[in-house]
Amino acid sequence: MNIDLSRRGFMKLAGAGVAATSLGAMGFGEAEAAEAAHVRAFKLASTTEVRNTCTYCSVACGILIYSKGDVAAGEKAEIVHIEGDADHPTNRGTLCPKGAALKDTVHAQTRLTEPRIRRPGADRFESISWDEALDKIARALKDDRDTNMILQNDAGVTVNRWTTTGFLAASATTNETAWLTYKTVRAMGIVGFDNQARV
Amino acid sequence: MTTDPNVDSPRTAVSNPPIQPMKANLGAGDVMRASAMPDLAPPERELTPVAKLIDVSKCIGCKACQSACAEWNDTVPEIEHNVGMYENPHDLTPDMFTLMRFTEYDNPDTGEFEWLIRKDGCMHCADPGCLKACPAPGAIVQYTNGIVDFIHDNCIGCGYCVTGCPFNIPRVSKADHKSYKCTLCSDRVAVGQGPACAKACPTQAIVFGTKEDMLTHAEARVEDLKSRGYDNAGIYDPEGVGGTHVFYVLHHADKPALYSNLPEAPRISPVVEGWKGATKTVGLAAIGLAAVGSILHGLLGRANQVSAAEEHEAEELVERSERDA
Amino acid sequence: MTNPWTDIKNTDLVIVMGGNAAEAHPCGFKWVTEAKAHRGAKLIVVDPRFTRTASVADYYAPIRPGSDIVFLMAAINWMIQNDKVQWEYVRNYTNAALIVKDEFGWQDGLFSGYDPEKRDYDKSSWDYVIGDDGFAAIDMTLENPRCVWNLLKDHVSRYTPELVEQVCGTPKDRFLKIVQMIGECSATDKAMTSMYALGWTQHSKGAQNIRGMAMLQLILGNIGVRGGGMNALRGHSNIQGLTDIGLMSNLIPGYLNIPTEKEADWTTYMSSRQFKPLRPGQTSYWQNYPKFMVSFMKSMWGSAATAENDWAYDWLPKLDVPAYDVLRMFELMNAGQITNYFCQGFNPILAFPNRGKVTAALSKLKLLVTMDPLETETAHFWENHGEYNDVDTASIQTEVIELPTTSFAEDDGSLVNSGRWLQWHWAAGTPPGQAQRDTWIMAQIFQRVRKLYQDEGGVLPEPILNLTWDYADPLDPTAEELAKEMNGRALADVYDLTDKTKLVAAQGKQLANFGQYRDDGSTMGGCWIFAGCWTEDGNIMARRDNSDPDDTGTYLNWSFSWPMNRRILYNRASADLEGKAWDPARKLIEWNGEKWEGYDVPDISPTAKPGDVGPFIMNQEGMSRLFTRGLMRDGPFPTHMEPFESPIPNVFNEKMVGNPVARVFVSDAEQFGTSDEFPFVATSYRLTEHFHYWTKHNRINAALQPEFFVEISPELAAEKGIAKGGTVRVWSKRGSITAKALVSRRLRPLQCGDKLVHVIGIPLHWGFMGAARKGFGPNSLTPFVGDANIETPEYKAFLVNIEPATTEAVS
Repeated sequence: MNIDLSRRGFMKLAGAGVAATSLGAMGFGEAEAAEAAHVRAFKLASTTEVRNTCTYCSVACGILIYSKGDVAAGEKAEIVHIEGDADHPTNRGTLCPKGAALKDTVHAQTRLTEPRIRRPGADRFESISWDEALDKIARALKDDRDTNMILQNDAGVTVNRWTTTGFLAASATTNETAWLTYKTVRAMGIVGFDNQARV
Repeated sequence: MTTDPNVDSPRTAVSNPPIQPMKANLGAGDVMRASAMPDLAPPERELTPVAKLIDVSKCIGCKACQSACAEWNDTVPEIEHNVGMYENPHDLTPDMFTLMRFTEYDNPDTGEFEWLIRKDGCMHCADPGCLKACPAPGAIVQYTNGIVDFIHDNCIGCGYCVTGCPFNIPRVSKADHKSYKCTLCSDRVAVGQGPACAKACPTQAIVFGTKEDMLTHAEARVEDLKSRGYDNAGIYDPEGVGGTHVFYVLHHADKPALYSNLPEAPRISPVVEGWKGATKTVGLAAIGLAAVGSILHGLLGRANQVSAAEEHEAEELVERSERDA
Repeated sequence: MTNPWTDIKNTDLVIVMGGNAAEAHPCGFKWVTEAKAHRGAKLIVVDPRFTRTASVADYYAPIRPGSDIVFLMAAINWMIQNDKVQWEYVRNYTNAALIVKDEFGWQDGLFSGYDPEKRDYDKSSWDYVIGDDGFAAIDMTLENPRCVWNLLKDHVSRYTPELVEQVCGTPKDRFLKIVQMIGECSATDKAMTSMYALGWTQHSKGAQNIRGMAMLQLILGNIGVRGGGMNALRGHSNIQGLTDIGLMSNLIPGYLNIPTEKEADWTTYMSSRQFKPLRPGQTSYWQNYPKFMVSFMKSMWGSAATAENDWAYDWLPKLDVPAYDVLRMFELMNAGQITNYFCQGFNPILAFPNRGKVTAALSKLKLLVTMDPLETETAHFWENHGEYNDVDTASIQTEVIELPTTSFAEDDGSLVNSGRWLQWHWAAGTPPGQAQRDTWIMAQIFQRVRKLYQDEGGVLPEPILNLTWDYADPLDPTAEELAKEMNGRALADVYDLTDKTKLVAAQGKQLANFGQYRDDGSTMGGCWIFAGCWTEDGNIMARRDNSDPDDTGTYLNWSFSWPMNRRILYNRASADLEGKAWDPARKLIEWNGEKWEGYDVPDISPTAKPGDVGPFIMNQEGMSRLFTRGLMRDGPFPTHMEPFESPIPNVFNEKMVGNPVARVFVSDAEQFGTSDEFPFVATSYRLTEHFHYWTKHNRINAALQPEFFVEISPELAAEKGIAKGGTVRVWSKRGSITAKALVSRRLRPLQCGDKLVHVIGIPLHWGFMGAARKGFGPNSLTPFVGDANIETPEYKAFLVNIEPATTEAVS
């Protein structure tokens, strides 16, 4: 017996041992069967609709994200569906196989939910608080910058260049993230700065 | 269930879904035929027939239709292996109602290589073989708009619909013993939306609307293809099954079999055609579905509704099997 | 892209070469199918593989990876030989008529000035003859043998259809059919669009591939017109924005430059940025550079950036090398010279070439910080995953901090699409667990570093302590605040430059456009080209009016398009010398006797008289460039260069390996293979079912394309005894992988002269994390060398070998 079967499915199978000989024994009349003939309930009823842009390629298709709960109203919101925005001039509601499955990326089992640290030589990650992680990072940055900042070159020209810490930025982030990242990285003097434009 | 007699079929898939609660505009009163229910009352109204047109010449084989289908229908297709082809999953499954099928073809007339890509799935036949073959009352219904839908609560998982289908479409789930296939997104159509695949299709190789509009659109597409040298371009809307509510524009309409064996002239098996009412059980035995026969024999005779006593009995059975495991 | 996606519907001919638009950009490709269906447009695909784009093409031709320049130069040659030239455009809107120095020349595959020791050119001969008047000499008759046109004619004369067949493996008849189709678009009432992507950039001469097509488009008169253009299909949702904002070693937002050591002070830096017009009366818009630069410096350091301290010039780092690009950084890292490294939404061990080297390099870091919504292979690079990541975990001393970020669905902000539209989006979901926005993380890191400097002092604290940080919550700047900062605002009352009594922007107000930027410190703006995105009228990026009068495809009221909300770059070139549209049916802007007007924001001063001011206002000549002077490192014209790993020697110079001026690190040169040992050409690519290394985390996409494979021809399969669906081993000088074999007639062996060249296709989407089956990608095999101008790695053409294998036998 396959106990993975749904309860309802299982019950029908459980009844399989009982003999029957005619269709009249189906147990319900035609009227009842017809009553059961209805389509699946429309799953977006009473959801919140939010306009967004697909995170993948640079066609930048307009998408509609449907959630239970309204994040703009300060509520907890769980995304239940994503589809193309028919009002968008470029994609006109269409989406590619990646875009059409965006919801499953948002809810991927491999989404990260907490800061983690892998100690030198360790074979696993362990949890770390945001505070501790951010303090460690800030300390590592300052120590390396203070040690390795090049203030002048051999000719005595002020160069204020920091080459021993590098930063790779992400091309799926917003312009606003990019700008704040730019300010932060440049103000520290980092020159090993790059993004996916190259690859 | 009642429906709004003033609301007809949607005309396009290019629209944004409603979020306000809406009554489904596709209900019992719209059913024109139901499996194993010869005496079904006539439908309360006639909806305008709808259709999904698949223009294979515009299809880029991207599988957005597969993706949108799985997302909308909340199915989780299995992550299989690569077996040296682009078809993934390798076939239609109970969790994958539509599938891009790829054929490499050296066109002898032009000397050109062609990669023919066809979206496979339920054709929503005007004369549906699945519905004719199905022995379970109300498990397969046909609405007046042309949609052929499986009502899973009524399905007994016998697999006769697979045999009855001239296109080999339905697939029976090993998990819940129900048969699955494309619903033409009947839940979307019921609120004025088109199917998820047609909305998603990037090149609009899949379009949706009234059958009449789709035929007009298809004719224009055939004309364009002819102007590009596809002299045999045409529409695939097979008469043998009364026409279909999912139909194709093909560049080689004279050779549908090129497209991963799309049937030249699909017909419902004459055996299935001959079945009427109670003779169905005999007919079913005759075509010898041995694999499901033993389960079927019992299932056919049992109620789909479960009494309290039976439920108790079932629970005992579960407990017993768990103890034994 | 010069033109937006929606403009592609206006084309008559699409050429997809160096890309695979249907697979990588399906919803943008929609506009190709629209053009086909509604205009009768044709689609040409030139690709080593018969792709899904090819499956809907009107005509397809194969090409050997890395030989595109030969094809493109031969196309230009054919246009010239067959008079398929938009003459008025070429004569007036390109530099065809300008006279080049006598010393410039080409021989044996090399231009004048080559120094093999330095692997570099002395580019001084690659320039115009400058007259006594300070302007470039010109011969409008195009008769001077030293004019650009005649030099070009001579340069391309060696690229014949026969050479195409010999070098590219493209059958001559296919080449000729394609150039005939292209040639039709030299007519003023026909336009061709070029859609390309990484199939052209990922070569050691990638930038020259693109120049080749740009030159062809100029000769056909297809730049600036509806349905034409050079359309780079960018890969990521905001790769255009990240480039615009200059998150690169050598850039400042808006395509300004980080100084080099040679520019010791502000005056020196600005002196090489005068951008004086090279022809009389030309705009040469970069003359405004000081306004953009000063406004940027003010956005960084506010009141601490003053005229007296040269706008805090010394707080910018100065470069000693052209760039600390990723290849250089991983070279340094592998040499043990990098301490800390941050990967914000980036997965280098799968994305960068020669994974063995990248893994070794990461193992030498002290600290690796990753910021990502998903578990990446890079964050787990130290974790042993059997053959898929066979590392000695215990010996890796790198500390790794993995920070969880929000996804697109959980933050607000704007992205720049490939067509330069800045589109705003809104958060829809609650982030999972403790995931945080990147802006929050960056602010937290910065504020903690700043506090350490405040508390402890340290080396050069000034640029950190004085960085502007006027956010309501310093630990959590909002997207709105940051967007406004990029747009720019008036720090003092700003007056009209010609009428000093006319106030254009009062102190504290958002600037309306970059015309209001000033070089006196009275304005600030983080990214001048974005000016206009958030004005006193509000968030222009959030506009959603999708009306499109007369169906031109411009959608002027949808979001914001940089620069100045302009939708088609160089749109002045859509009209003739008198200012009338070349093709009335394709009108974009026209001169009405007083000003330019039409469907788009004019790419020229609205009152610049036609005939006086050339259409390419960013160039000192006012013209586009068929000859690029010294602006590219590897030549003013594209010349054929083989990939660093090639099955055949360079037809012009058999001693020349790869790009003669590309940077090659010594250890990488030792890891280049030859065709004796590695006889097959490999090329990497995306599949439509996946996006990079993200969607393997997605169950649906993983189901649609579950497992890593390579594509080979039936001929190669037969030669090597490889069965469909069997397992193969593929290896290069740098690494070895196993894959399933997909045997397909979509890959054809190419006859290149005497040599039959087999191509192996290697898609890139698998790794050892996520929902899909574990697998490899091409970058375990790819060479560690980049394009000579911009260091994009040569992923698209390298050498491998292949044999049947069982999974068990290879580990």
